[in-house]
Amino acid sequence: MTPPHTQVMTGTAPPVSALSPLARLFESRHFLGLLFMLPAGVLLLLFLTYPLGLGVFLGFTDAKVGRPGEWIGTENYEFLVTDSVFRLSVWNTFLYTGIASVAKFGLGLWLALLLNEHIPFKAYIRAIVLLPFIVPTVLSAIAFWWIYDAQFGIVSWMFQRLGLIHNYIDFLGQPNLARMSVIIANVWRGVPFIAISLLAGLQTISPSLYEAAAIDGATSFQKFWNVTLPMLSPIIAVVMTFSVLFTFTDFQLIWVLTRGGPINATHLMATLSFQRAIPGGALGEGAAIATAMIPFLLAAILFSYFGLQRRRWQQGTKD
Amino acid sequence: MATVELKAVRKSFGRVEVLHGVDISIRDGEFVVLVGPSGCGKTTLLRMLAGLEEITSGEVRIGERIVNKIPPKARDIAMVFQNYALYPHMTVFDNMAFSMKLAGRSREEMRQRVDVAAKILGLTDYLDRFPRQLSGGQRQRVAMGRAIVRNPQVFLFDEPLSNLDAKLRVQMRTEIKELHLRLKTTSVYVTHDQIEAMTMADTIVVMNNGNVEQIGSPLELYDNPANLFVAGFIGSPAMNFLPGRFAPGNSAAVKLSNGSELPAPACREANGRDVTLGVRPEHFAINASGVPAEVVVVEPTGADTQIYCRLSDTEVTVVSRERHMFKPGEIIRLQPMPQKTYLFDPAGGRRLA
Repeated sequence: MTPPHTQVMTGTAPPVSALSPLARLFESRHFLGLLFMLPAGVLLLLFLTYPLGLGVFLGFTDAKVGRPGEWIGTENYEFLVTDSVFRLSVWNTFLYTGIASVAKFGLGLWLALLLNEHIPFKAYIRAIVLLPFIVPTVLSAIAFWWIYDAQFGIVSWMFQRLGLIHNYIDFLGQPNLARMSVIIANVWRGVPFIAISLLAGLQTISPSLYEAAAIDGATSFQKFWNVTLPMLSPIIAVVMTFSVLFTFTDFQLIWVLTRGGPINATHLMATLSFQRAIPGGALGEGAAIATAMIPFLLAAILFSYFGLQRRRWQQGTKD
Repeated sequence: MATVELKAVRKSFGRVEVLHGVDISIRDGEFVVLVGPSGCGKTTLLRMLAGLEEITSGEVRIGERIVNKIPPKARDIAMVFQNYALYPHMTVFDNMAFSMKLAGRSREEMRQRVDVAAKILGLTDYLDRFPRQLSGGQRQRVAMGRAIVRNPQVFLFDEPLSNLDAKLRVQMRTEIKELHLRLKTTSVYVTHDQIEAMTMADTIVVMNNGNVEQIGSPLELYDNPANLFVAGFIGSPAMNFLPGRFAPGNSAAVKLSNGSELPAPACREANGRDVTLGVRPEHFAINASGVPAEVVVVEPTGADTQIYCRLSDTEVTVVSRERHMFKPGEIIRLQPMPQKTYLFDPAGGRRLA
């Protein structure tokens, strides 16, 4: 907290009365603080608060593309509650986020633990692991589209060659298969971020803790359970919060792979919002769908903030 | 409690050999300090005892057992790490009870044994705290508590005091020593600080470059260093070394490059050879019959006065109990006390007399 500005001017400054009002203004900590925050504040207002506010506002109007809407209160939301497609998209979003996040966490942790061991060419392997994260989403989505393709897909080709199947699988053409396929694509993209972040966390754990545990008689699993996991929990909380947020709001991957199909089976709230608002023209309704995501996201953030991130042992010297 | 035997122990990291065959035998209940400069292999040796480093060759025996291939947890040892290695997410109690928890002991036994250790170390009021909420000295005690609770055959200490401030270090030094007198557990203590070694050890092992230079009680090492290295390492301020030529005779002497002659112990082997004369700072007397030396700096410490001066071409340190008020540049006369000088072979550093 800023101390009261009367205390700020110390011995070296000239007496207050000798300064002109303008000079005195520039000596004031409060004024300078505001001044320095101004650029950041303007940027936040312009590019964050305004679009967010506009989005929330549009959700309460019946705006269409090219026609400013009128205030219709909660009518959009009342309609959405009864809209089976919207309800399906909420379900899809939870399914997608839930399964993908758990899988990403599991694989990411496993990969991080592997990369933390002494293996040859460690630096190169770490760089390669990051590749899926570096490739633009659209590009990797197109690659997956080919992999899943009903006529030319390599997976189907491989399975057929192995004699496991007789007909090519239409991965993106059947509801549950399509759901699984987009989740796999999302996991493939998301694992590197988690693995590298957790690896960074693993490397901060002092090796002497493991040595102490070894002398205390811990097995490998006990070391993992009693040392690695608790020491890693703060970074897990942060990483998984980000992962859940990104997965929950995912758009590009779905839009390139399935556009929400087949029969809306892979429509997430983000894709449905876009589809209703831009191709469908119903700006107000699309905005309402997007706004409906906010409570879920807030809940996810609060959960990780209060539930996971803060631990008593990490805090300072307080009794 | 147990004896510890090291026989021809070697350690290589890849092609680099860092320990070149170490033999040490430690009696039951003995407090042994491994001391030496950084990189001499003392910590590696301790970690090999603990089972944290593999033994390249040789034999390590704790009690009757050869432990070369036995994992750390089965060696019945406890170790205090330099950075304490306390589990930051566990309370003091859980830190101390962790080994018993892993061994599946009952809650009651854990409580009882932790309480005993906590009482010895004065930690009873801190059992619910986390390491972060403790001062450096308290963390150090918890680390020792974790070792005590296990009631091991051997305590291993890896420079446990080097993260503490000077005052606390002296205090904890005494506490560890008291603890050892009380528990009488065989202890191996690694430090680079020769004062710690001198004050705590029953037996000191001086190491250098992966070799044991000398093993002996603190005063043995001080009075009878086996070579130049031990002579220079043990004692503070360090022993002065004066190069010169040995002149035999009724009263043997070493002739320095400026012509001054300092009395030396008799030694037939050294006749007519270049030698290094060793004199401890506290074994110089300042009197008129000595050889001239030019004062460089005078440091009064209250109890004694340290005088740095130039004798022939060599910087020498003199410690005197008297309060001298010499000025830099002044010429004083120094005389080594009789029977308190040492002769070394400048090539190889072997003690001649």
